[in-house]
Amino acid sequence: MSRNEERIADVSGDALSEVFEVQMGPQHPATHGVLKLNLVLDGETVLSCKPDVGYLHRGIEKLSENLTYSQSMPLTDRLDYMSAIANNTGYCLAVETLLGIEAPLRAKYLRTMICEMSRIASHLLWIATHALDIGAMTVFLYAFRERELILEMFEELCGARLTPSYPRIGGVRQDVTREFMDRLEKFIAEFPSRLEEYETLIDTNRIWLKRTKGIGIIPAEQAIGLGLTGASLRGSGVDYDIRKHRPYDAYPYVDFEVPIGISGDVYDRYRCRMEEFRQSVRIIRQCMEQLPPGPIIADDAPDLVMELKPPRKVMAGSTGPSPLKTALIRLVEDRQAYMEGDVYVSTEVPKGELGFYFVSDGRGMPYRMHIRSPSYIHIGALGVICEGELVADIIANIGSLDVVLGECDR
Amino acid sequence: MVIEILLTILLIVVVFSVIMLHVAYATYFERKVIGHMQVRMGPMRVGPHGLLQPIADGIKLFFKEDVFPETADKPTFYAAPIICLVAALTSIAVIPFWEGMAISDINIGLLFILAMSSLAGWGVVLAGWASNSKYAFLGGLRASAQIISYEIAMGLSIVGVMMMAGSLNMSEIVKAQAQSPFGIYAIPQVLGFFVFLVAMLAETNRTPFDMPECESELVAGYCTEYAGFRFALFFLGEYVGMIVMASVGTICFLGGWTGPFEVPFFPIIWFMLKVYFLIFFFYWVRATLPRYRYDQIMALGWKVLIPLALGNVILTGIMKTFVWH
Repeated sequence: MSRNEERIADVSGDALSEVFEVQMGPQHPATHGVLKLNLVLDGETVLSCKPDVGYLHRGIEKLSENLTYSQSMPLTDRLDYMSAIANNTGYCLAVETLLGIEAPLRAKYLRTMICEMSRIASHLLWIATHALDIGAMTVFLYAFRERELILEMFEELCGARLTPSYPRIGGVRQDVTREFMDRLEKFIAEFPSRLEEYETLIDTNRIWLKRTKGIGIIPAEQAIGLGLTGASLRGSGVDYDIRKHRPYDAYPYVDFEVPIGISGDVYDRYRCRMEEFRQSVRIIRQCMEQLPPGPIIADDAPDLVMELKPPRKVMAGSTGPSPLKTALIRLVEDRQAYMEGDVYVSTEVPKGELGFYFVSDGRGMPYRMHIRSPSYIHIGALGVICEGELVADIIANIGSLDVVLGECDR
Repeated sequence: MVIEILLTILLIVVVFSVIMLHVAYATYFERKVIGHMQVRMGPMRVGPHGLLQPIADGIKLFFKEDVFPETADKPTFYAAPIICLVAALTSIAVIPFWEGMAISDINIGLLFILAMSSLAGWGVVLAGWASNSKYAFLGGLRASAQIISYEIAMGLSIVGVMMMAGSLNMSEIVKAQAQSPFGIYAIPQVLGFFVFLVAMLAETNRTPFDMPECESELVAGYCTEYAGFRFALFFLGEYVGMIVMASVGTICFLGGWTGPFEVPFFPIIWFMLKVYFLIFFFYWVRATLPRYRYDQIMALGWKVLIPLALGNVILTGIMKTFVWH
């Protein structure tokens, strides 16, 4: 019997207080989609909080088993629809690792630039909804004003606003235009002043501080234990950012800092993400300055209509020599088959660490795809954080962990 | 006698209609003010600049289905919104809009308004309780605690004004205020005015104290289960409550109908301007501030506002005894 169960039993025996259960969600204005929380409340205090996910399950992992690597790309847009391009890039990197392709330098820079734009777009939606949940409704509309600018740039770039599918396996879809670069230039020049606007509204506001400081504290060790990643982990003071520690694309060539929090409360996570805005602007600026000329897609990149090959029998974790090693040998020997074996590649998306795990049997379709989605793991942590806090803090915690259910349920 | 009664009824009808019109356009004013603060336009579609929007909203709410939750306690469920609205509307009766113009210029006007605003809190509690829904129940609980706590702070903040004016009659307060050195009590009673402004927001359940209906946690709090016109009654009650509170603030602290100069054919002008300034203040706060947490509201009420208001009472007493006499 855990401490909280004891407390539930304790309180239910008490004639004066009454434990009652509330199912918060899946239709609820503040649960960011279709999150359902099974709460046990004693008055306003949360005795237990059990997240219940799966209301947005679309079977993306299963669907991809019957689609070629190129065809699965638009599915990844639908994971975290706030930052679709970051998912696309993560997916492309994983497939590129599997197939042994490397994107040209210009494509890498473009991807990095666009990824950081989508990070800004995603964080804008986060600050908007987080502030709205805590009651500061003006921040919501201010943030949407800037998000609109980014979405318009995406539209100019590739014709889609929310689900661009802009990166390709081995590069990107098309080159940037002059107008796009001009608009981006203007945007990053203006954006830091807009950030200050949000901060004047909430950053030193007494009510905001009261609602966020000391709320939802996750100590560093616990954060690691819960598997938190991204700004939710960095808010607890753990220096872990895949862009920095296992750099991919053009991240090794650009200079940026990883903001770290101290106490791991809602306010620190908020500060971390606010600083990430500034670092993203910095990365975009450097990418724009350094953007090299050259091709935007690798020569050996697979066609959009990938040819299918006969499968070979290979299983994840099979005995014998390392699958990756045998696959490499096979690939050298015979270019007829796609690479076999399993591969895990993770990238730093706005929500945290997004990993793609493929088991390939050389067919051109994944034998199995698994997505390590940060939101799923963060929602798992929600129950631990919310216990013993008040109902209003649940909302602050959901906002500060920045979860999106499209990615959680897949 | 009969003519007198008829005249009073006529007066009530006129005031009621005017107030209802103002309530309708207070919603429009709110949406426009907050819209422009949030870099958008507010309602623009119905009529020129959305001017007919409140009427369209009213018609929509009136013709909506009257949904009644199966487990709710029927009579209480029906009575609650009516209590809210009636309590708020009754308070209008004692408010003097200009010299000599009040439906009923009773001697305990201020006390009457405090009583009526407590009654509105009762309606909210009943609504949360009768709905038999968990969100509504939590909303009702929060409302009862909040309204009771802030009632005390509000009552105490006005005590200073009562002491200075020496009366509970609203007209007398304005008259005494006009003769005071500053012309308004907001300056000598600055502490009381501050406490009043905060308590006013809490009494009407407005941001940052909109706990009872806090949409991000409790869906819609006490009125979660209400639909159609019953919901509209709560809504009207809230806006009438805002007008009442703004009027009380105007009368007690901002000098009521008096102004820098007389406007002969439109004596309500100063009163209206001041009331609308306070209503603008409601909207301004709503567009700027986040929401407090439930326990923080309680702490603020009991640990900050009530001691401040008590201090103000003592200070006013000392000043009145030794300085102003």
